[in-house]
Amino acid sequence: MNSQNKTIVITAVVTAVLILVGIFVLMPILGPRFMHPMMMERMHGGGSGTSANDLNTETTRMTNNGAFIVSFKSELDPITIGSMHSWILHVETADGQPVEGATILVDGGMPDHGHGLPTSPQVTQDMGGGDYLVEGLRFQMGGWWEVKFNISADGVEDNVTFNIILGG
Amino acid sequence: MLKKRLLLAGIVFTLSAGILLGCSNQASPWSEAEVELMRTLWIESLPALPPDPSNQYADDPRAVALGAKLFSDVRFSSNGEVSCATCHIASKDFQDGLPLAQGVGTTDRRTMPIAGTAYSPWFFWDGRKDSQWAQALGPLENPVEHGGTRTFYVKLIQAHYKTEYEALFGTLPDFSDESRFPVPAAPIDDEVAAANWASMSEADREAVTLVYVNMGKAIAAFERTIMPRTSRFDFYVEAVLANDISAARDIFTADEEAGLKLFLNEANCTRCHNGPLLTDNDFHNTGVPAVADLPEDIGRARGAQQVLADEFNCLSKYSDAAPEDCKELRFMLAEGEELERAFKTPSLRDVANRAPFMHAGQFASIEEVLRHYKNAPDAPKGHSELEVLHLSEAQLQKIVAFLKTLTAMDR
Repeated sequence: MNSQNKTIVITAVVTAVLILVGIFVLMPILGPRFMHPMMMERMHGGGSGTSANDLNTETTRMTNNGAFIVSFKSELDPITIGSMHSWILHVETADGQPVEGATILVDGGMPDHGHGLPTSPQVTQDMGGGDYLVEGLRFQMGGWWEVKFNISADGVEDNVTFNIILGG
Repeated sequence: MLKKRLLLAGIVFTLSAGILLGCSNQASPWSEAEVELMRTLWIESLPALPPDPSNQYADDPRAVALGAKLFSDVRFSSNGEVSCATCHIASKDFQDGLPLAQGVGTTDRRTMPIAGTAYSPWFFWDGRKDSQWAQALGPLENPVEHGGTRTFYVKLIQAHYKTEYEALFGTLPDFSDESRFPVPAAPIDDEVAAANWASMSEADREAVTLVYVNMGKAIAAFERTIMPRTSRFDFYVEAVLANDISAARDIFTADEEAGLKLFLNEANCTRCHNGPLLTDNDFHNTGVPAVADLPEDIGRARGAQQVLADEFNCLSKYSDAAPEDCKELRFMLAEGEELERAFKTPSLRDVANRAPFMHAGQFASIEEVLRHYKNAPDAPKGHSELEVLHLSEAQLQKIVAFLKTLTAMDR
């Protein structure tokens, strides 16, 4: 092969490679329609991969100092964004005895956004058997929410935090 | 040898290009999570209009008809030139396109649109009212909006709408005695009106207020019928949900699609602009600048206190709701730093037709709004919820292109 032909081949190959690399590099500018779904996934999917992924989202939890075991059941299952709803909170002692007559305060918010709950939920009824009606809950955006309860009963005070992840 | 190599290079090039184009052809650009998010924004996800327990006439067609007339009747103003429709202009998405509303005088805030507000628990930029009917009564006694008082209005009802009123609400008391029912008279800041109001008997005051409240309930019944309409965005979502990407791309340009992608992801828009009305019906401080010539405006921090004290709120004797129907008011967030200069999230439906933007028309264009959100300046008071967005000017333009697809169109 003479050197002229060799040059032509090299030029052709280099051009082809440059065009292919160019298409890849320009993809974000060309727009998503030229992109393979798997690549889209890498770019945008899992975008919610924040601290929320590792959170404990169980609906039954022990309070911080182990005084109570607390669980909640939402009137809405699944919880939807923007809907005012209530929960039933169940409180037991660490050895499984229902706790009646507790004083319970509600707080919470979105730690990632630095704001609290959009409403002022309250325990409005001691339903007996360790069950309490919590009214006035609403989550107005998707993401990681915390709902915290401060529970006082028989001279013991303890706190529990539930994590809720809402899509959207 | 040379031919072989040339051929080989050609084959490699063609195959690579073919694979690239082939496998991306009409593949969906949307992840499952994005499709689900889009579904929540779709107009077809809007539930049926919820009842308004505070207004027993809310769904009565006779109330709708009376309310529509009152809405456009300029006699219900101190100068005989202002009606609800003066600022809420039907052909302009029930707003006026002005930075500050112009009634008999100039207000401190921008006129809000009406479509879909029957779904909202709060009214006005600061949520100082909690029903459509209570809202409707606010401007009537505001000195710079309609500028009248309730004794003046109930006399107009007697003069012009007696038959329609009585068919709906029962016997209308006789308000013609000027000494018993002086004009102006109302429990408002105006000295003369307040003194006249105080001079009236409790029973007469009650009779006047009841008719005044019924006016509000009729206007609200009409406003409930003003609903958002389908936009090009909704047709796009419909096509995506049907997994027909080719049809979707006949509806959206590449820029509009890219703008929607940014809207759902990097730009964080759906934090507040969510649900089929693209509003969370809540209040946020987004660091919107104060207007130099206007009095200080602390937004929701004041509105929350006002609605709690409002004579027409959900728990008032004029409301038809039982206390258990007043959950929004009873469990309202009434205090806290986040209420400082927080204003209601407006719907983004028809946003392109609604310049200027923000509660006092601070921004003349959508571009200005988006640059504000991108730069996330500190709030003049309180704490802005915004975070700096790392978006280019070209990306902002794509979001603008997307927002224009939210304009209502007829199928």
